[in-house]
Amino acid sequence: MLISFTDKGLFCEQGNFYIDPWKPVESAVITHAHSDHARSGHKNYFCHHQSKSLLRSRLGENEYQSVNWGEPVTRNGVRVSLHPAGHIIGSAQVRIEYKGEVWVISGDYKTTNDGISGEFEPLKCHTFITESTFGLPVYQWKPQEMIYNEMRDWVLRNQSQGISSVFHAYSLGKSQRIIDALRGFEGKIFVHGAIWQIQQALLSDGWKFPDTPRMSAEIPSDIRKGSIFISPAPIEQTTVAKLIGPYLSAGCSGWMQVRGNRRRGSTDKAFVLSDHADWNGLLSAVKETGAEKVFVTHGFQSVFSRYLNENGISAGEVKTHFGEEEE
Amino acid sequence: MTEKEKISTSQFNESNGFTLFVSLINGLGEANSIQEKIRLLTDYFTSAPDADKTWTIGLFTGRKLKRMAKTSLLAAWVSELKNFPTWLFEESYHQVGDLAETVALLLPQEEYGHKKGDLADYLRLLKALEKATDEEKKESILDCWKGMNETEKFVFNKLITGGFRIGVSSQLVIQSLAKLISEEPAVLAHRLSGDWDPAEINFDQLVKGKGNSDNLSQPYPFFLAHGLADTISALGAPSDWVAEWKWDGIRGQVIKRNNEWFVWSRGEELITDKFPEFDDWKSQLPDGLVLDGEILAMKDGKPLPFAILQTRIGRIKISQKLRTEVPVHFMAFDLLEYEGADWRGNELHERRNKLKEIISKIGHHSLLLSTDILFSDWEELAAHRLISREHGSEGLMLKRKVSAYQAGRKSGDWWKWKTDPLTIDAVLIYAQKGHGRRSNLYTDYTFALRDGEKLVSFAKAYSGLTDKELIAIDAFVKKNAVEKFGPVRTVKPELVFEIAFEGISESKRHKSGIAVRFPRISKWRTDKKLEDINTLDDLKDLLRTNIHH
Ligand SMILES: [Zn+2]
Ligand SMILES: [Zn+2]
Repeated sequence: MLISFTDKGLFCEQGNFYIDPWKPVESAVITHAHSDHARSGHKNYFCHHQSKSLLRSRLGENEYQSVNWGEPVTRNGVRVSLHPAGHIIGSAQVRIEYKGEVWVISGDYKTTNDGISGEFEPLKCHTFITESTFGLPVYQWKPQEMIYNEMRDWVLRNQSQGISSVFHAYSLGKSQRIIDALRGFEGKIFVHGAIWQIQQALLSDGWKFPDTPRMSAEIPSDIRKGSIFISPAPIEQTTVAKLIGPYLSAGCSGWMQVRGNRRRGSTDKAFVLSDHADWNGLLSAVKETGAEKVFVTHGFQSVFSRYLNENGISAGEVKTHFGEEEE
Repeated sequence: MTEKEKISTSQFNESNGFTLFVSLINGLGEANSIQEKIRLLTDYFTSAPDADKTWTIGLFTGRKLKRMAKTSLLAAWVSELKNFPTWLFEESYHQVGDLAETVALLLPQEEYGHKKGDLADYLRLLKALEKATDEEKKESILDCWKGMNETEKFVFNKLITGGFRIGVSSQLVIQSLAKLISEEPAVLAHRLSGDWDPAEINFDQLVKGKGNSDNLSQPYPFFLAHGLADTISALGAPSDWVAEWKWDGIRGQVIKRNNEWFVWSRGEELITDKFPEFDDWKSQLPDGLVLDGEILAMKDGKPLPFAILQTRIGRIKISQKLRTEVPVHFMAFDLLEYEGADWRGNELHERRNKLKEIISKIGHHSLLLSTDILFSDWEELAAHRLISREHGSEGLMLKRKVSAYQAGRKSGDWWKWKTDPLTIDAVLIYAQKGHGRRSNLYTDYTFALRDGEKLVSFAKAYSGLTDKELIAIDAFVKKNAVEKFGPVRTVKPELVFEIAFEGISESKRHKSGIAVRFPRISKWRTDKKLEDINTLDDLKDLLRTNIHH
């Protein structure tokens, strides 16, 4: 096998590199900058240009080598290239070719184009390693524009009552989409320090996002009132809560599809907004690869691989350490 | 089923009644305050078609629908429609945990612009399907689904699976409706109780009533006590006061007028039918009588926990088995009306003497008199208070001997003196790792109370548990994290704790609207479930009664 599943992660022995390893290694190919995929302690990081400053802002100075979409490098005869995965900014699928045999490792992905994370590129391969975060048919996403409209409507309704809107969102990925969805509210959007740091890295890379400062007492109170605050953690009993006045909170995640999760999420409002492929997205991605063999990683591994097997695609489950952080 | 009996969506008049009903249900599920819920209900009752309104009232006041389709039938239809194996349906159901929702989420999401009708149209269609074959049901229900979006399918599926529950009390429905038609809530509640069929009665008949027997059922406004704010000695001479145990049941008034019988809860809910036990002695009571007291579940002379009584209140039918398991008693403590005359102005000791006389004449084990606790000084009474729990009571009630029965929550004459006034049962919702010695354990917790269908966080607490308990909770958190925000884990709300605190005050900064001082975990209530936790209203009650702390 071109890739073997080791206790350090997915390993390509011929090329002597790992993909998203969870223990320190010499040479790591990184699909994207989420912490369950990009860990610290490796000697050498290989990633897409767009991931580089995100990795640097999260992991500090390291040896980074970055490439463009589809730009191949060869390691001991193994041809490696990165292709858009549509999950977050810089997220990549890894294509590996050796003596005519092609493997693709999806990383995390979504098949619909969110306008900032790149458009998922279907790749032909013999073996496909796919995630399965939402590998259950109850997960069917509504079109992004519909959800963005719901979000904007909610903010407007809150503002009309002098109430601020707090979005709980993972700082890399979801936060950028929320900022993107709320274009038109520029000047009213404020972010938590963790998100601010990521926005700085993105802005210095040339990304065009509206200015989203941190919240502080220096901001005039009429601007703080009815404002938008994006935070990776609940803000109850923090200074920010005092500064923005009365507020309602919203969660944004694919898990919010299920009513029980919405209730348990303990936010006032929930938006079904995901950075992962839904059931149909996963299925179409697998089919388009034309792969003979599929390995299913983090998510509903057993359900998704059983379904593939029953539909004539040979599939197996792989236990990884992914999926511990986002959504 | 003959062709004539068959109803299909093609016969519906294009109408938005069902859509209105669905947005009402949706809105109530998301509403953050009672005011918001009342507004939604009022809007609905202003704009919905009359036939829908009667059905909605019926559903909201506990009328059950027949279950139209078994799980296996629905699983088969959906799997066939989606062309996938039934095990995939089962996996999905297992994950979602709700049948109606699973079906709604699995069905194709595209909208067909199919004809939709009123709520009453769909319910008429379902009624006609009661005698239909599975094949006929399938045809008809698939046809209904076509026009609906996910939320509409969800609500419709709730109707066909017979499991309709809304996050709103019948009381709230009555309140909004009463305001809309300018009627006393108690009078309207009386009209809406009893036996009526939403398919037969029209809206005006239902809410305007036919006879004028309304006033007969009217309870008096309840006199409510404040929590004791000062030290006990501030009450003055012990001889001016009567003390009783404070019971944890349902505060209620029983009314007998014109030989008709009514039982009201403190929430102004008519609950006459829930207590067939009272039939044993109600006929022996004199006519023109109103008693105030506590409805209690008791066994072997000891009150059962409130949670047990609560299991009875939810039931529509009171079976013999339930009566044996949870036998209900009425513990009378005041007399409000006697021989048709309003006695509330009389002094407490007079009212109680008469009450004693009435009850001892009947001598039935399920009609009890709340006894006076004898004491000569405050120290003696304080000692009684400490052993309240042994009596199955939650503390003492203190009432001034010469007091009249007033309306509402008034200070001065009635006081609650609870054993441990400032505790509340809450559920763990967030956990965060601790510091120092505990930095690898989730030991910092946020707790929530129930507010309608939702959970609202109200306090963070760190201390009060043993190391062993901490380790067990840590393992639970690691296994049951639902969401992750940085270092904070949202956990499945399952573990219940008794939270104790020193003080309580209003706070704009807290989501609950209330801040508690020095919260700590006093007990891990492994005997309690999520359903048993206190509500935000309970906390607000504590606030009201402890305003001086
Ligand atoms: Zn990711
Ligand atoms: Zn992942």
